[in-house]
Amino acid sequence: MSGDRPGRLRHAEPVMGTVVSFDVPDWAGPTLAEAVRWLHWVDATFSPYRDDSDVSRFGRGSLELADCAPELAEVIAACADVSARSDGYFTARPGGRFDPSGYVKGWAIERAAAMLTESGSAEHSVNGGGDIQCVGDHGPGQPWRVGIADPLRPGALALVVAGRDFAVATSGVAERGPHIINPHTGQPATALASVTVVGTRLAAVDAYATAAFAMGPQARDWVESLDGYEALAIAPDGAAWQTTGFGAYLG
Amino acid sequence: MRRVILAVTGTIAGLVALLSFKSHAPIAPVAVTSGTGGSSSSSSSSTATVPGEFPEGSLAGKLTGGETAITGKVGNTVYGPVQVQLIVKSGKIVKVAILQQPANTIHDIQIGEFAFPRLIGETLTAQNAKIDAVSGASYTSAGYIASLQSAVDHGL
Repeated sequence: MSGDRPGRLRHAEPVMGTVVSFDVPDWAGPTLAEAVRWLHWVDATFSPYRDDSDVSRFGRGSLELADCAPELAEVIAACADVSARSDGYFTARPGGRFDPSGYVKGWAIERAAAMLTESGSAEHSVNGGGDIQCVGDHGPGQPWRVGIADPLRPGALALVVAGRDFAVATSGVAERGPHIINPHTGQPATALASVTVVGTRLAAVDAYATAAFAMGPQARDWVESLDGYEALAIAPDGAAWQTTGFGAYLG
Repeated sequence: MRRVILAVTGTIAGLVALLSFKSHAPIAPVAVTSGTGGSSSSSSSSTATVPGEFPEGSLAGKLTGGETAITGKVGNTVYGPVQVQLIVKSGKIVKVAILQQPANTIHDIQIGEFAFPRLIGETLTAQNAKIDAVSGASYTSAGYIASLQSAVDHGL
């Protein structure tokens, strides 16, 4: 754990069906509040569980895209891009219903971190229920250290990744039961117990983790082909693999 | 020792506060119990639990020397009541007992089967690993880990 950190401000905000934890400079309170308001706006606008959200209304055809928040068009375009890059293993229509949640959370967290950067903070992290954007260092010369939950040993950490200016996202079945559908089969993906992707920006990192999990074993070659991304996967039988550059992140 | 207890008190309060998204009731620990032969563990904010009244799952009756059990009040979360108990020795959390956890729906059962056992171990390993966050955790565990970080800020 991080120990006493004078001059730091922590905040945990329940939003988007998760808890978003902030670690920011203590003078950044106003921007932190702004970032929290942003996350709640994203929740209200993009939640597929709210009948009155833009996503729900657009999805059932009762609201034209042009009448939605402009960010929805941005998200739809980004989802299409990730889908194309992942051979369709990422989709904004899991199960056939419009639901860009697989992209929205990471995107919203990344943007919250960017708001803090724009306010002048050089060292902060935003953790959206386990999907984390780290900016700068954790402290002078100290990297951010992120524990990766072991999906096969409840309570244990598989390993620790460390770095600066990086993002970490993990997709798996252990948290809420199987919930990632392989779009090519329509069935829940079960070949892997978890996939962790690291890179620089959480929006893509999070979406790629979802795609890699749906992909299964072939995700290894796929992530190897991506410039700037590394992955660690743990299979239900305990077998694990990592991409060739993942070792640079081992803490 | 007193400082440690107050810090752990903060941990429980922070944990339950984080889990209690829609509960605004003030949360405070209700019981502190020391193992035989343990060091001083008095705290003005807590009272000793009477032996034999421990909730199911409590570790307070099984303490070894130097261990102190701190039982949190029940927090009413959106998923149901949650109550935890921490066993502390030499300023470190050495065990965590979940006294109550949500078990009403399939979703909640999944939380019970997966998230809580995971959290217990993370409490032990996270301290050793000196981590700032956990990837792979669900929303309840995110709150839990954040509360441990809060405990660190309090000097635990």
